[in-house]
Parts: sequence; C-alpha cells; structure tokens
Amino acid sequence: MTREEIIKPENLVYKKTPVLTSNVMHYCPGCGHGLVHRIIAEVIEEMDIQDKTIGVAPVGCAVLAYNYFDVDCIEAAHGRAPAVGTGIKRLYPNHFVFTYQGDGDLAAIGTAETIHAANRGENMTMIFVNNGIYGMTGGQMAPTTLKGMKTSTSPYGRDLQTMGNPLKITELIAQLPGALYVTRQAVHTPALARKCKKAIRQAFENQKLNQGTSFVEIVSNCNSGWKLPAVKANEWLEENMLPFYPLGDLKNNK
Amino acid sequence: MKELKLMKGNEAIAEGAIRCGCDGYFGYPITPQSEILEHLMLENPYEKTGMVVLQAESEVASINMVYGGASVGKKVMTTSSSPGVSLMQEGLSYIAGAELPALCVNVVRGGPGLGTIQPSQADYFQSVKGGGHGDYRLITLAPASVQEMYDFVELGFDLAFKYRNPVMILSDGIIGQVMEKVEVGEHKPRWTDEYIAKTYPWAATGKPKTRGHNIITSLNLQSAEQEKLNIRLQAKYKECEVTEQRYETFQCEDAEYILIAYGSSARICQKVLELARAEGIKLGLIRPITLWPFPSKIIHEIGLKTKGILSVEMNAGQMVEDVKLAVECKVPVKHFGRFGGVIHTPGEILEALKNF
Ligand SMILES: Cc1ncc(C[n+]2csc(CCOP(=O)(O)OP(=O)(O)O)c2C)c(N)n1
Ligand code: SF4
Ligand SMILES: [Mg+2]
Repeated sequence: MTREEIIKPENLVYKKTPVLTSNVMHYCPGCGHGLVHRIIAEVIEEMDIQDKTIGVAPVGCAVLAYNYFDVDCIEAAHGRAPAVGTGIKRLYPNHFVFTYQGDGDLAAIGTAETIHAANRGENMTMIFVNNGIYGMTGGQMAPTTLKGMKTSTSPYGRDLQTMGNPLKITELIAQLPGALYVTRQAVHTPALARKCKKAIRQAFENQKLNQGTSFVEIVSNCNSGWKLPAVKANEWLEENMLPFYPLGDLKNNK
Repeated sequence: MKELKLMKGNEAIAEGAIRCGCDGYFGYPITPQSEILEHLMLENPYEKTGMVVLQAESEVASINMVYGGASVGKKVMTTSSSPGVSLMQEGLSYIAGAELPALCVNVVRGGPGLGTIQPSQADYFQSVKGGGHGDYRLITLAPASVQEMYDFVELGFDLAFKYRNPVMILSDGIIGQVMEKVEVGEHKPRWTDEYIAKTYPWAATGKPKTRGHNIITSLNLQSAEQEKLNIRLQAKYKECEVTEQRYETFQCEDAEYILIAYGSSARICQKVLELARAEGIKLGLIRPITLWPFPSKIIHEIGLKTKGILSVEMNAGQMVEDVKLAVECKVPVKHFGRFGGVIHTPGEILEALKNF
C-alpha cells in the first residue's frame, strides 16, 4: 500500500481521541500512565462530556497530566486532589470531576483526604494508579511497596518489621458507605485494558446517579523505578503485584 | 433600609459571607472561631442562596477545597485560628502561585504550639511576610470592630478577584468573640456560572469548543518560566503597594508622639489617647487597616514629624520592624506589647509611652 492509500479515511483503524492533546508525553516508554490517560480520554469522548469535565492532576509522575487531557484541569498539591475535587464538584455539581493520583499521593501523604472524600461519598471519579513506588522522585518506597521489594529507600528490601506493611487502601475504601463503586484493574495487556475501560466508563457514568464515589485502582508498572525493561516489568507485575493486589470489583452498589 | 444586628465578630464573618454572595465555605472547628462554621450551619445558606458550607476533615483539606473552588472561579473561603492556619500554608502558597482569588480568615490565638485560646497578634509575621514557601504575598486586612469583620469579607473578595491573589483577614480572639452592633447589607445574589465563564476567562469551568483548555497550576519545570511568573507576581504586588494601603489616623495633626496599632490593640490605644491627652501629652494613633500592603507612606509622612513612635502589638514585636522601615529609622521607634494571650491595658501602654 502506498502512503496515500493508507491515509484514506476508510482505511483508518486507529485514531487518537481528540480529548488527548498532541503534546508529546513525558512518560517512560512502557509506562502505564500513558495508557490510563488514553482510556480516560476515550471515555470522555465517547460520553461526549469534554465541555463538562474537570480533571485534577496529582504531584507524582502524572503531575503534567493537564498537558495531555484536553479538558480544563487543575494541578493539586501532593495528596490533596480529593479535597480539590470536592471543592470543584460541590460548586459545579452537574460537571464530571475526576481525580488522578499515584500511590504515594493517594495512600501516603493524602490518605486523610482520600478516605474522607470517599466517606462523604463525593460524587466524583477517583483514578488511582498503583505502581508500588514513588516514580517521580526516583524510585523510593511507597505505602504500596511489596514485602521484600527493593527501592532506593528500602535498598535491602521492604522489611515489614521496621518499614510497615503494604497498604491495601482500595480494600479500605470499599468498606466506606460513601463509596458506590470500587474496583481494581490493570492495563498491561490489551484484554485488561479493555476491561479497565469498561470500569472507568462506569465510574464516570455513575456521576449521573449522584449516589457516591467511584474509585478505580489500576495496578500499573514503573519500569524505571523497578529497574526492569518494559516487558520484564509487566511480567514482574503479573507475578508479584497481582497476587497481592488481585483484580476485580471490590464493590458495585449501582 | 438600614438593618442593624447585634452580633459576635465571628458571626459577622459568616453573615458577611452569606450576604455578599459567597459560593462556598470550607472549615474545621478551632477556638476562638468555631462560631463561624456553627453560624453558617445554623443559617443553612444552601437552602437560601445555594452557598455550600462543608465541615472538612482538616485545615489542610479546607484550604485545598478552597483551591478547587477558586480554580473554577467561585467565591470561596475558609477560616481558622493560628494552629489551623499554620496547616494551610502550603495551600496558600499554591493559591498565590496559581494566581487564584480566595479568602482566608485567621482569628489569632496565642502561640507558639498549641499555645492558648486567648487573643493574640503573634501571627503578623506569618501573614505579612509569607508563612508558606516562595516569594508571594497575602493581602492582609486587619479588622478592629465587628462591623469591619462583616465589611471585610466583601472587601476581601473584591481584592482577591481584582488581583487574583489570596486575601487574609487577620483578626484576633477579642474581635472574634466580642458582640457589637453591625449594619448589615442586602443579600447580593451569587454569580451565575455564565457570568463567571464570561468575566473570568481563566477559570477552569469546563472547556467549551470555543476555547483551549484552561489549566490551573503553579508548576513550571523551566526555571526561566518560573522567573517570569515571579516577575509578574512582583509587578502585581508593586501595584498593590501603590494603590491598596489602607489606614485610619486619630489626632495626628499636632502629635509629638504616635502609637501604631491594628485590630484589638488599636481599640485599646484609642483609650490611651484619651488618657494621654487628659494629661497634656500630644499623642496620636495610626491604625493600619492593610497590614500588607503596609501603610508605610502615611507612617513616613506623619512619623517624621514626631519625636517617637510606639508600636503596640499583642506579640513580642513584629509589626515594629515594618514601622522602622517606614520611617527609615529616622525617628526613634519602640515596641510595647504583652503576649502569649495576655491583653495589654491602656495604663500599661501609657506607662511605656512615658518611659519612651
Ligand atoms: C509536600 C510534598 N512532599 C513531597 C513532595 C515530593 N514528591 C513529589 S512526587 C512524590 C511521590 C509520588 O509518587 P506516587 O504518588 O506514587 O506517583 P508516581 O510518580 O509513582 O506516579 C513525592 C514524594 C512534594 N512534591 N510535595
Ligand atoms: S518513572 Fe515510572 S511511573 Fe514515572 S513515567 Fe517512568 S515508568 Fe512511569
Ligand atoms: Mg507510584
């Protein structure tokens, strides 16, 4: 096929959603963040809610998420996205509000805001990208770092006695009456990415019901922080992260 | 029609918020200002004006809810007292860095630490010199009456939106708790979403097809860009310093000595003026209303004609530094104050003046 034939509209097999900007993403090749962004953007496009969506970016590798989503965005302080989202949603209750956070942001420094937003049942979508490490700051131990896992601040492996236990915050969230939908997903295979998209779609659709918080954890990789090539990182994720953080719905009250 | 009400200072803040068309209040209880949240909950403005009132899980959460509300162009505020305001400093720095309008009230109590619930002015430095990180300023208003507690809510929002900058009302436990007569205004309607989108095109109100997406952030990875932001901020602060210095003067025309005091201290100093004048001492008083921008111009003008200036503060000597700068140390400047929650008496102040 010639280039001219390939670019004919009828031969189009894949198109970037217009809800993603054309800015070049800064994520490491193979990182899950970019995929999660694309899925969220596709859901916003398919629901036709671009003009009514407000996103809240974290401090973490996704701090620049606002450069990639072509929706109005706010960059929150480290851990405070659920409080920022609360302020927005309370004042624009008919808009779609989503927060996007890493594990350090959501489950360490911002634990109080996470728990209380979900406990109040803030009618928003919380996206939680769990890569078991602090990607942005160079691979330090996170609240979700697995037992024995080596990071730059647990160089001999996470010792549960002195460093505490990995935190299953999603299980905690599922206990809260304010949480309507709580699910754990992954995006490192096409099949899982499709499933994840369904979950994120539901998490956004739920905002029309005004019945509580929708919370989507995505168990993801950090090949840079884990010091593994991208493919190996995904294998490591399957073998180590998923047994401890099993996929599936934890709660679906819809 | 003039409507008069007898109110506590804290209630006046709440009433001022409802009546000026505030969209959202987020706060956490702490003495001596819990009546603000209590009064708002009792009034239930959501039913009347649609104003959101939410008890947050902490002051950290409150200020970040305010950050969210300010990002979408709404008139939002929080209130607290000293330890709580310490927790808000990161958030205030973000609000200043992202150039958002927001209102915060500090009903100051004695510190440091958990300190005391008694009134104090020991948070002057924190508010005026920037308690959070980075080169930013808080426009700081110092009410000296319950009426001003009421009035400064609307004034605070006006300044916040004019400069896209956080505004602090720096009050204290006396003004917060005392009851006085207040003339309240009519209920003003809240801004509509359409009005906000039109008037504040920077607000992240949801991206219509007609514009690019709005981004609210205080991050610039390139230091050259961050320097540009800082230069813009400094220009704004300069303009503010030129146009917004507010103050009140009392009997300064023939004054040989002057007192400088704000808030509750200024109220006490008015009594000192009476006592001093009765003894034939030519004493005047300048009351800064804006603590930042500090009313340096008038203090310089009047101060240089006097033999000495006494800065009277319920702290160990904070504003006195700005007074010295205002008169370029050309006139003797001293500080008098009780602190840790102790309120100075007019007699003590007069004594300090006599020993000047
Ligand atoms: C108050 C504050 N403390 C610490 C930091 C430094 N910091 C930036 S990102 C980060 C951790 C991010 O990790 P995570 O939330 O897991 O996101 P990831 O990069 O892994 O996606 C830290 C500690 C900060 N910016 N602000
Ligand atoms: S450091 Fe880790 S989380 Fe960050 S972009 Fe790279 S792979 Fe992704
Ligand atoms: Mg992480």
